[in-house]
Amino acid sequence: MRPTEVFAPAEPPADGQSARKNQLAVTLRVNGESVALQIDPRTTLLDCLRETMRLTGTKKGCDHGQCGACTVHVNGRRVNSCLTFAVMHQGDDITTIEGLGRPGSLHPVQAAFLEHDAYQCGYCTPGQIMSAAALLEEPCGATDADVKEAMSGNICRCGAYPNIVSAIQDVRSER
Amino acid sequence: MEMFAFSEAAGVEDAIRAGAESGTAQQGARVRFVAGGTTLLDLMKLDVERPLAVVDINGLPLDTVTKLTDGRLKIGALVRNSDLAYHPDVRSNYAVLSQALLSGASAQLRNMATTGGNLLQRTRCMYFRNRALPCNKREPGSGCSAIEGENRSLAILGTSAHCIATNPSDMNVALTALGAVIQIEGTAGKREVPIEAFFFEPGDTPERENVLDPGDLVTSVTLPPPPQNCSQVYLKLRDRASYEFALASAAIVASVDNGTFSYIRVALGGVASKPWRSLEAEEQLYDQPVDEASFRRAADAALAGARPQSRNGFKIELAKRCIVHALGVATAS
Repeated sequence: MRPTEVFAPAEPPADGQSARKNQLAVTLRVNGESVALQIDPRTTLLDCLRETMRLTGTKKGCDHGQCGACTVHVNGRRVNSCLTFAVMHQGDDITTIEGLGRPGSLHPVQAAFLEHDAYQCGYCTPGQIMSAAALLEEPCGATDADVKEAMSGNICRCGAYPNIVSAIQDVRSER
Repeated sequence: MEMFAFSEAAGVEDAIRAGAESGTAQQGARVRFVAGGTTLLDLMKLDVERPLAVVDINGLPLDTVTKLTDGRLKIGALVRNSDLAYHPDVRSNYAVLSQALLSGASAQLRNMATTGGNLLQRTRCMYFRNRALPCNKREPGSGCSAIEGENRSLAILGTSAHCIATNPSDMNVALTALGAVIQIEGTAGKREVPIEAFFFEPGDTPERENVLDPGDLVTSVTLPPPPQNCSQVYLKLRDRASYEFALASAAIVASVDNGTFSYIRVALGGVASKPWRSLEAEEQLYDQPVDEASFRRAADAALAGARPQSRNGFKIELAKRCIVHALGVATAS
């Protein structure tokens, strides 16, 4: 078995003190930059992005894969970053909302969300946009119903769904 | 979440060796394999799963779909649900599997979840997921809170006085209708188990859900050669139109010859403790005319043994209508 670079104990630590010492080395490639980190193996990719790397654009909603707020791309595919350990992503290419576009050079989905007013409070928006950007490269039918089905993993409590669908359809019609 | 030792398996034997250190491969396992992580991390956050060691198996060469020379389709345990659903062979020859996969979870989860992981996904019973309340599956002997409790979504077939949890997988229902076989490698070598023998009904040991022993690794799932001249349908009924578990579902593989059924497989989801093949429904359909009366007789037979709980009696008629409608779609010319 290929050992992880830093020793992890076979038995759980008896106290929180030793738990804090249990750090693993991992190098993540996030938004094109490689970052070497020492992290607790329990750290989800979501918490690693937000708490360790301070990339707080990715949001924590339910933390159980039921809302989609934490959606990021791993090797070009959308995933729930709350349901995967960061140490499992050595060498993977991770894209967050911070890496999708920049002020002045927005991703087409970001621009369309602005134009279509595809949000209210904005909390689910980074996840919605990451999901929509990935959808563009997936097999997905042409109708609004197809888009709704493909976007069902992203919950919006404000109910901005109609404008989210129109924003995505606008981008797809331009491609 | 409890602390655990994290490692990456360098090969199948490596994984087996690590898994064999666990006292059980069932509830309470000290060693867990992680693939997609969508079930395991969810339950580890709830402290329902508390492994001392987590072994990452994503580096193992089990991520391909292969057409075997005898016509069977071999699906590696690490093939992601989305890749399997859109695989050309699956779409054209095993449509019921593609439909079932795409009816489950969300696009994000399907990109993560694997064939082996979906096979082993755990019940959504709220008492299993909540450590504050008794659950015989999570803590043997503690009692079942769901009987007389919040059981609207739970099982009416294959239950016991100790557990009424539902198997939540859509994929498993399609695999059952298709007659899938599970390949397992373990400390005693390789073995194959038909999916109908892979899962256990709860009986008085609901914590034991399947045939897996410590060290056992599901390496692949094989499907028999594509059923000839068959139509295939997966119909899923649920509280909302997407991103929701089934209240009742039916997988149908059917062939009609001269107006009567010449081949039929019926499997049910959302209503049973395990993916549920209904031999009773199949017996009612063989050589019978393709009409509503036959469908209804089959549906009645499939649910004849149903045992409703305090809040899920509606599932009996729902499941019957699900079967009738799915048979209608499958045989529409």
